[in-house]
Amino acid sequence: MIFNLFNNWISPKTMSIVPLLLAVMAMGCQGKPFEKPPIHPNPNMDTQNRYNPQSSSDFFADGMTMRMPVPGTVAQGELNENSAYYRGVDDQGNFVTDNSVELTDELLLRGQARYNIYCSPCHSRVGDGKGIITQYKYPIPPTSFHSDIVRQMDDGYFFSVITNGVRNMPSYKHQIPVDDRWAIVAYVRALQHSQNASLSDIPVAARQELSR
Amino acid sequence: MPLIAGGVGIFVLAGVVFGVTYFGSPKFTDVGYRPIQPIAYSHKLHAGDLGMDCRYCHTAVEVSAKATVPPTQTCMNCHVICMPESEKLLPVRDSWAKKEALEWVRVHKIPDYAVFDHSAHINRGVGCTSCHGRIDQMEVVMQVQPLSMGWCLNCHRNPDMHLRPLDQVTNMEWIAPDDQLLLAEQFKLERNINPPTDCTGCHR
Repeated sequence: MIFNLFNNWISPKTMSIVPLLLAVMAMGCQGKPFEKPPIHPNPNMDTQNRYNPQSSSDFFADGMTMRMPVPGTVAQGELNENSAYYRGVDDQGNFVTDNSVELTDELLLRGQARYNIYCSPCHSRVGDGKGIITQYKYPIPPTSFHSDIVRQMDDGYFFSVITNGVRNMPSYKHQIPVDDRWAIVAYVRALQHSQNASLSDIPVAARQELSR
Repeated sequence: MPLIAGGVGIFVLAGVVFGVTYFGSPKFTDVGYRPIQPIAYSHKLHAGDLGMDCRYCHTAVEVSAKATVPPTQTCMNCHVICMPESEKLLPVRDSWAKKEALEWVRVHKIPDYAVFDHSAHINRGVGCTSCHGRIDQMEVVMQVQPLSMGWCLNCHRNPDMHLRPLDQVTNMEWIAPDDQLLLAEQFKLERNINPPTDCTGCHR
C-alpha cells in the first residue's frame, strides 16, 4: 500500500524535475573558482559606458584610456626649476652634498618605510646588498652601502641614482616621488652610520649607558 | 489533488527562493573569479616567497582611489637581468620592446555607480587582506570576498576587527591581537574614523 503511494507520488511528471535539480547542482557551490567574467543576473548599471583608469580604449590608436602629456609641454607646477631638489645637482651640475629636505625623525621613519618597500628586495634591510633576490635567479650582486667608496658619495649622488638608475639599477622615479627619494637618501645615510660608528659619534650622556 | 498541488507548489516556491538567493548572490556570481592573466605572474612567489611589499608595484594605492596595476617598466626593473631568457616572461619582454601595455584582466571590480577609494582605507589602517584575502598565497589572483553592498556595510558599521597599526597595512600575515577592540577604539579616535553608512557615502 505504502509502496503504491510512493510509486504514485513520484510520477513520471514529477521525475521531470530531476534534470532541473541536476542542472542546479552542476552550477556548483558559492566560492568555486571560475575563469569567465562574472555574470550578474541583474546587470543594473554595474558596467557603464565610460572610461575607468587604466581601462582600454577603442578610440585612441594606442588602445589606452590614459593619455601621455603632449610632447614639449609642461604641466602647471611641474616646471621643477629647483635643480638641487628635483635632480640632486646644483646649477653647475655637481652633486649636492647635503639632503635637500630638512632632517627630522619623521623623515627618517618615512625613509625607512620607503626603503623597505622599494630598495630592500635587492639591497637588503641593512643595506649590505644581500637582499632576497640574490637567493633567486639574480646573477649580479647589488651594491652594499657599507664600503668607503659609497660612504664618500654625496647625498645628491644617491638621489640621482634613485632617480635615473645606474649600471644595472633601473630608474625608480616612476615609483618613488621626489620627497620620498630624499627620505630614502637620509635613511641610507642612517644605515651607513649604523654599521660604521665610533664611540665619538655617541653623545657623551649616552656613552655611560654603553659602557655599563 | 489540491493538497498535492499545494505541496508541490510550496516546494517549487522554496526552490525558487533558494535558487535566487543562493545563485543570484555575489557570493556565487563573483566570489571565485580567477581569470587567466596574459602572463603566468605569481603573487605567491613575489609577494609571498620574496616578501615584496604590495606597494612596490601598486604604487598609487596610498595616494589615489586606484591601487593601479604596474606598467611593464616595473616588471623590467628586475627582469632585464633576472631570467632574461624565460619563456614565461616572453609577453613582458614583447610589451617592453613594442611599448605596448600588457592587458591584465581586472579581478576586483565594484559597480561603476559605487565610489571606492583605496587611499581612504589604506591611510586609516584597513589591511589589504580584509578585502583581497591572502594574495601572498595565490598563484593566480582570485576574488575571495563578494564586494557587495551588504558586505561593505558590515565593515562600515563595525570596522573594529579590520583596523591595524598603519605600518601593518600591507602585512599579509597580520592577525588581530587580543586587545584588538581596545586598539580599534584608539585608532578610530586618532584617525577620525567614522565610516559613512548613508547612501551618498559611496553613491555620489
